Amino acid sequence: MSIKVLIPTPLRPYAGKQSIIEVNAQTVGEALSDLVARHPDLRKHLFSEDGKLRSFVNVYLNDEDIRYLNKDATPVKETDTVTIVPSVAGGR
Amino acid sequence: MAPLIDSSQATLSNEEILRYSRHLIMPEVTLEGQKKLKGARVLCVGTGGLGSPLALYLAAAGVGTLGLVDFDVVDYTNLQRQVLHHTSDVGRLKLDSAIDKLIAINPFVEIKRFDTYLSSQNALEIISGFDIIADGTDNFATRYLVNDACVLSGKPNVYASIFRFEGQASIFATEAGPCYRCLYPEPPPPGLVPSCAEGGVLGVLPGLLGVIQATEVIKLILGAGEPLIGRLLLVDALAMRFRELRVRKNPECPVCGANPTVKELIDYNQFCGIRGEESEASPSAKIPEIQPEELKRRLDAQEDIFVLDVREPHEYQIVNIKGHLIPLGDLPTRVHELDSSREIVVHCKSGARSAKAVDFLRKSGFKRAANLTGGILAWADRIDRSLPKY
Repeated sequence: MSIKVLIPTPLRPYAGKQSIIEVNAQTVGEALSDLVARHPDLRKHLFSEDGKLRSFVNVYLNDEDIRYLNKDATPVKETDTVTIVPSVAGGR
Repeated sequence: MAPLIDSSQATLSNEEILRYSRHLIMPEVTLEGQKKLKGARVLCVGTGGLGSPLALYLAAAGVGTLGLVDFDVVDYTNLQRQVLHHTSDVGRLKLDSAIDKLIAINPFVEIKRFDTYLSSQNALEIISGFDIIADGTDNFATRYLVNDACVLSGKPNVYASIFRFEGQASIFATEAGPCYRCLYPEPPPPGLVPSCAEGGVLGVLPGLLGVIQATEVIKLILGAGEPLIGRLLLVDALAMRFRELRVRKNPECPVCGANPTVKELIDYNQFCGIRGEESEASPSAKIPEIQPEELKRRLDAQEDIFVLDVREPHEYQIVNIKGHLIPLGDLPTRVHELDSSREIVVHCKSGARSAKAVDFLRKSGFKRAANLTGGILAWADRIDRSLPKY
């Protein structure tokens, strides 16, 4: 099914400058795989070389961190939104 | 939860009662709350983009003791957003400039200044004199330092960070709530996440986020409302959308978890920097460089040199030296526009992006590519002083 992934500003240059991308997926993991298949430049920003989600990138299904759901295997519904929230440090 | 602030010693003069009258008549504040504000000691780490509105509103609201940590000097490029500092302050210490403005707004505030870079050596001692810490810094090393120092000292960390037109805010390191490491266990490798200096920031954005921080600080002091604990507020100023995500306390958190492994402050530059060496974001060290003076001499001598500018089109509009424009991100798909038999000098704003471009070009067979040292900023400083800098 088709769900929305929200792309944060720092990652938009690697996602065709889009803020919302529709992907096809049954789980959060599939949503991210489909996302990096559509936008390969995103891969190194989301995943380390061994394919793990980077520890400074959090992924939320609606308002919940997937680390506290079923991680990659968390199932998604048509109305769900996946949000990528990388750490940013700016403040000056 | 025990009250955070001891207000038993605070008294308000008639002048202060008049000044704070709009607070005093609110049931959420009252005289008791205003005394709490006066008894409160808040440390602002940084007096820049976030620190400016934060400190201005905390001073105006009557927070009794404000600590300011900064070592920086006011720069011309700060004025677009750091509203504590005026044009006439350029070149002054930010602390001198900040204290003038804060005292002018509210002479009843006592200001404690720390002319220093917050470090593992001084953080615990500085923080020990305050009840609440507000993090307005601009780099990952200091963010993790502030977090860990707050957890180890048992003091709340009122947090915000910004990038372009997006911001994040939360409260970390309260007794029951999560800390910054619960949200982000590790920092990104250097270079992968651009700073405001590289990526830019909308001038009003630190205003929005700094005022959110000030609001949360004041709520913590008053014990009023629902503090932003366990919630990450995402602000998108371009869409003008506010969203909220849950932040859970991680039972395995290395600093605030049940079995912490971080029990004292560590070397945060190493923590944030050592990972950079394995990052593919930093190009290999052997990038051939050319100094602006040499490029100028050789261009004047009509030598065949192709100048490639890898900045963005909107940067090219601000200032350029008539280089061929291909933004770094487009280089892989537009590399056919270049001739590998010619000598290519690549530049960007200050030399970092162009180093990546040269690294890429050399790996792609452009053996005669070199990086202009210091970018167009160095050119404007050393070759053509009529050019604007940004």
